[in-house]
Amino acid sequence: MLRRSFNVLMLSAGLALASLSAAIAEEPVRIGVSASKTGPLSGGAAGVLWPNIKLWVDKVNKAGGLKVGDRKRPIEIVEYDDKSTPEEAVKNIQRLATQDKVDLIIPPYSTGLNLATAPLIAKYGYPQIVSTGNANDLDKFVKRWPNTFWLLGPAQGIADGIVGTLKDLHDAGKIGNKVAVVNVSDAFGLEMIKTGKPALKQSGFDIVYESSYPLGNQDLAPVIAGAKAANADAFVAYSYPPDSFALTEQAQLQKFDPKAFFVSVGGNLDAYGKRFGAASNGILIMGGVNASDPVFQAYRKEHLQATGQEADWWASPVAYASLEILQQAVERVGSLDKKALNKEIQTGTFKTVIGDIHFEDNINNNNWTVGQWSDGVVHGVRATGNLQGAQPPVLKPAWPGN
Amino acid sequence: MNIPRNEILALGAGLAGAAVLALLPLVTEGFWLSIGVNIMLYAVMCTAWALFSGPTHLVSLASAAFFGVGTYAVAIFIDVLPFPVLILIAIAAGTVLALLVGLATLRLSGVYFVIFTLGLAELIGQIVTWVQTNFGGAIGLYVFTDFTETHLYWMLLALTVVVFITGWLVNRSRLGLALRIIGNDEAVARHVGVNTARARIILFAISGSFIAVAGAIMAPRYSYITPDAAFNPMTSFMVVIMPMLGGTRRLWGPLVGVVPFTLIMDFISSNFPNQTAVIVGIAFLAIVYVLPDGVTGWLETMFHRRRSTENGPLAKTAEEVK
Repeated sequence: MLRRSFNVLMLSAGLALASLSAAIAEEPVRIGVSASKTGPLSGGAAGVLWPNIKLWVDKVNKAGGLKVGDRKRPIEIVEYDDKSTPEEAVKNIQRLATQDKVDLIIPPYSTGLNLATAPLIAKYGYPQIVSTGNANDLDKFVKRWPNTFWLLGPAQGIADGIVGTLKDLHDAGKIGNKVAVVNVSDAFGLEMIKTGKPALKQSGFDIVYESSYPLGNQDLAPVIAGAKAANADAFVAYSYPPDSFALTEQAQLQKFDPKAFFVSVGGNLDAYGKRFGAASNGILIMGGVNASDPVFQAYRKEHLQATGQEADWWASPVAYASLEILQQAVERVGSLDKKALNKEIQTGTFKTVIGDIHFEDNINNNNWTVGQWSDGVVHGVRATGNLQGAQPPVLKPAWPGN
Repeated sequence: MNIPRNEILALGAGLAGAAVLALLPLVTEGFWLSIGVNIMLYAVMCTAWALFSGPTHLVSLASAAFFGVGTYAVAIFIDVLPFPVLILIAIAAGTVLALLVGLATLRLSGVYFVIFTLGLAELIGQIVTWVQTNFGGAIGLYVFTDFTETHLYWMLLALTVVVFITGWLVNRSRLGLALRIIGNDEAVARHVGVNTARARIILFAISGSFIAVAGAIMAPRYSYITPDAAFNPMTSFMVVIMPMLGGTRRLWGPLVGVVPFTLIMDFISSNFPNQTAVIVGIAFLAIVYVLPDGVTGWLETMFHRRRSTENGPLAKTAEEVK
């Protein structure tokens, strides 16, 4: 479905042009995607972005196509690999806009590539609904490129989430005020710790242990040993997938049993829950979903059926929501006019798998920031804005078998 | 100066070619201009790389470090200084970095030099990250300019011309001769009185500062500069692979590699988006097996073979011809 040979592509491009005047009923809506299939970003894109595109296209096409005006037109995807580099990404967007002349564009995976392609996507006027990136000072960016929409909100809110959850637990007298905080020393971890650490101090927590480790470090035993020696009541890790797994494992091995245990990216993966089984109960993670929402539950099932892989508990539904917003905007506007679409996305409210979305100055300020594992499911426990369905956080039980 | 006639002709042809290429943005503003920017970018970097690595045979994987330093020169000062000044800062930063590396690697050659330069980009990327977290604001820096692809293309084209002229001047100079001797045998070079350290450092600085300027020019295209993107190790590898296809014996060798390489890569990635890595891997193997001396080396061999067969049915060896 997603694969197209060049010849077919050119042929269909020719047909699309030829049929402009004829206006055949089944003329497809051509949607361009440039995202990573190779390079360092391909893992994330293959887990979050590509499967949701497949799921969405399958679903829309099965229902007869995308409703444009009073016609239903099938979706045709034109896809390119950006090799995880800005040069390729920019070139791909150019190709999609000027060679393939696609009707809509699904933006790339990751903050960096979205920011790099924004000027060009803006030049051709396409709406750019970013579901896999965020940064600080997004308002500056939006002012310059008002066709960019940021579903994950600004970076600040995400780092602060866990601090709020810990403060709630502390205020309720459930945990002490000694916190161990560690981070992976790459762009993500550093950005998070920069906001997270002052927030912890401001909330009256005593940082008894802090440490950072390079990305790809396999031996995290000393980090956990340090946190354990400091007798921390809560453990906060601004971590990436490999270290999120490794830290959790080490904590069990060394019987480090704080009442609140938080890992960041990676804790939201379905594989994380499967890997740690009962031990994952009570672990806090970055992100989250409203797991009791039947719409989300149905989405998870469809995701597994259509793509053969499980959706995660944070990013997957957001990626899917970005496509739903695009679809609803087209249906409401009744055409593929880019200006009208941008205006509709700026002002409208959209029903999605992550709830009702309304952009304020192009930024979605309602995001899950903390989730908690419970019997193989993640429940959102904290969100920014007015998201519904947050469960109260519970203390982590002792590791099983301890 | 006593300049051979054919070199003057080549110079004229090169300048005329550049003038024609400068018209590209007038013909297209879309996809082909983007390809043009990518080709020009690698034309600059590969030719600059080959200025040093070609004659000395020291494979440098430091291109990403120079590129990143140039990018950051722009990212840090874009709000306070005009762009031309930023280019000068990039040149200075590239030169300083090259001098430091040059001094540190004076006694390194062969694989040791390669490994050192490979680590360099990572090292500088980490230092930048550390400085930004401890002293700067956020990790990412915005670069907002009014430059379009057309501006970037013209700047890179101009830079390419400058690189070529520099390369031509170096080749004609005592420095160029010294480097060729170093490349053939560094011990011999020292024995005949070549100051090998000085020659190596000077040319490394020239080569590095050009790559830094290329990074500075590309910064506006990134919009948001992070250490991962600016010091991407892939840059270093591409800059080595493309001249390998073209050949590094001639100044224009890398260019012969860059153009087909960029177009072929583009063809592969647009037609086989899901199998790109495999096909590119096979293409690399094919290049090394079929064209060990690059396209220019192959052309020269073909040319000589034809000339020698003109002298008789059997090709003659060099000694026989004498």
